[in-house]
Amino acid sequence: MKLSREEVVHIALLARLGLSEEELEKFRGQLSNILENFEVLQQVDTTDVPPTAYPIPLENVLRKDEASPSLAQSEILANAPREEEGCFRVKAVLE
Amino acid sequence: MNLYDLTIHQAHQLLKNREISSIELTKAVLERSAQVEKKVRALVTITEELALSEAEKADKRISDGDFTPLTGIPALVKDNMCTKGIRTTCSSKMLENFIPPYDATVVEKLREAGMVLMGKTNMDEFAMGSSTENSALFITHNPWGLDRVPGGSSGGSAVAVATGEALYALGSDTGGSIRQPAGFCSVVGFKPTYGRVSRYGLVAFASSLDQIGPLTKDVTDSALVMNVIASYDARDSTSVNYPVPDYTKSLVPDLHGLRLGIPREYFVEGMEKGVEEVMRTAIAKLKELGATVEEVSLPHTKYALAAYYIIAPSEAMANLARYDGVKYGFSFQETESMWDALEKTRQFGFGPEVKRRIILGTYALSAGYYDAYYLKAQKVRTLIRREFEDAFERFDAVVTPTSPTVPFKIGEKVDDPLQMYLSDVCTLPINIAGIPGLSIPAGFADGLPVGMQVIGKPFSEETLLRIGFAYEQATGWGERKPPL
Repeated sequence: MKLSREEVVHIALLARLGLSEEELEKFRGQLSNILENFEVLQQVDTTDVPPTAYPIPLENVLRKDEASPSLAQSEILANAPREEEGCFRVKAVLE
Repeated sequence: MNLYDLTIHQAHQLLKNREISSIELTKAVLERSAQVEKKVRALVTITEELALSEAEKADKRISDGDFTPLTGIPALVKDNMCTKGIRTTCSSKMLENFIPPYDATVVEKLREAGMVLMGKTNMDEFAMGSSTENSALFITHNPWGLDRVPGGSSGGSAVAVATGEALYALGSDTGGSIRQPAGFCSVVGFKPTYGRVSRYGLVAFASSLDQIGPLTKDVTDSALVMNVIASYDARDSTSVNYPVPDYTKSLVPDLHGLRLGIPREYFVEGMEKGVEEVMRTAIAKLKELGATVEEVSLPHTKYALAAYYIIAPSEAMANLARYDGVKYGFSFQETESMWDALEKTRQFGFGPEVKRRIILGTYALSAGYYDAYYLKAQKVRTLIRREFEDAFERFDAVVTPTSPTVPFKIGEKVDDPLQMYLSDVCTLPINIAGIPGLSIPAGFADGLPVGMQVIGKPFSEETLLRIGFAYEQATGWGERKPPL
């Protein structure tokens, strides 16, 4: 499985991950090699085998909808790179 | 004997009998840290002032008669578990200045038990790696050979316990990140059953695989820490509500009546001669101690690596989507565009291995590849899990090496990610199946540590501790100290 440059660019965009030219080329080679090795999975007969998402069978875990104390607004915002009037400040979403 | 070389249970006896105080013990450990840190660099943050004030409180508790076996005992926590008011970096530029507003459940429980928190340990960035070389902050050295890696991702925790920078430490294990460094540093590392220990406050890597556990100097200490951290927690929806025993009750130095399986697939290609010899001797010892030992076959083992490295990055890429430079963490500001800021925040905030896994995971989940990679890997996961279930119909536990090699040289595998991934080949099937695994010191090959892994069915922690304890009492490999 050889990844093309365009594929890596596309995937990086999906993940919103900026990459330098050098990184792009390096990852393309390394990931192609990794995916080639993972072809081994196609040898396994998985007909009628259900997928496992979680190793321990748990039913949907629900709790009562009750109010309980949470962190203060100031604590939540303490790590914010930019804040304004008690909100997270972001760059303009609409241009 | 140096105070920093004490186990938890030895220190507890001395504290209880007022032969030492927690302050004395804490100072001895801090001095030891100052001495060895120059060589090994295991710690991201040292909380000296906090430690001394907690030690003082612990001494007060002890004199009031209100204490537990962990009261006044110096400990370290891997830097991916939230500690209120103390920087939690995940050894990443992304979180270099992140100060959590709350404690992880495990930290909260240990604090209630009287832990003296000494600081936070170095790790592979976001726990992605097998050598601690992926830390964006600095690399950590193996005390048994300073030019060698300590294993990873909980490398800092393993080194700190091996060198006496703490009496015990917490690690997290997604594909071997507690057991493999424990094996590489000759300490005891325990990954409990998935859901046994709350993950609330653990920075998420791969949510269906992650589990927290202790790194300790011996098996008794492992049981003592498990007694505190094993619990049901409503704040972790994958926490399992299953009774927590007193794990120290399982520490019986005898293996009569136990059936152990040795899977032949774990003794093949890539395994070093020295590791194999240590394992043969260890298995003979387990027989001597009364266990019945038989070979078993787990044929799907050879697919575990590929399945793991599809599932773990897929979950990781979803978990890491939260690092957007808006709510906390590193934030790229020198642009007007929101999209550009987002991409550059992630470009400059994440290191190479994290980026590699984000790309791999995004690829495996993307349109056209989901069925061939992610879904296929999840089906293979079912087969691996079933294979273990079948084995545990016949056996009480399965015994393997923790790693196919002794600690490798720093720099040896950094440019070959696939070779690096292979160093988890014996440990990651256990996370895929969600079962518990214990790594205990099994001996040395050319002066470098070899770990033995004992694996059991879900919630068989007591059986694993019993096997580990019996073996440890009969051999004492963990008592050897690194030449620092």
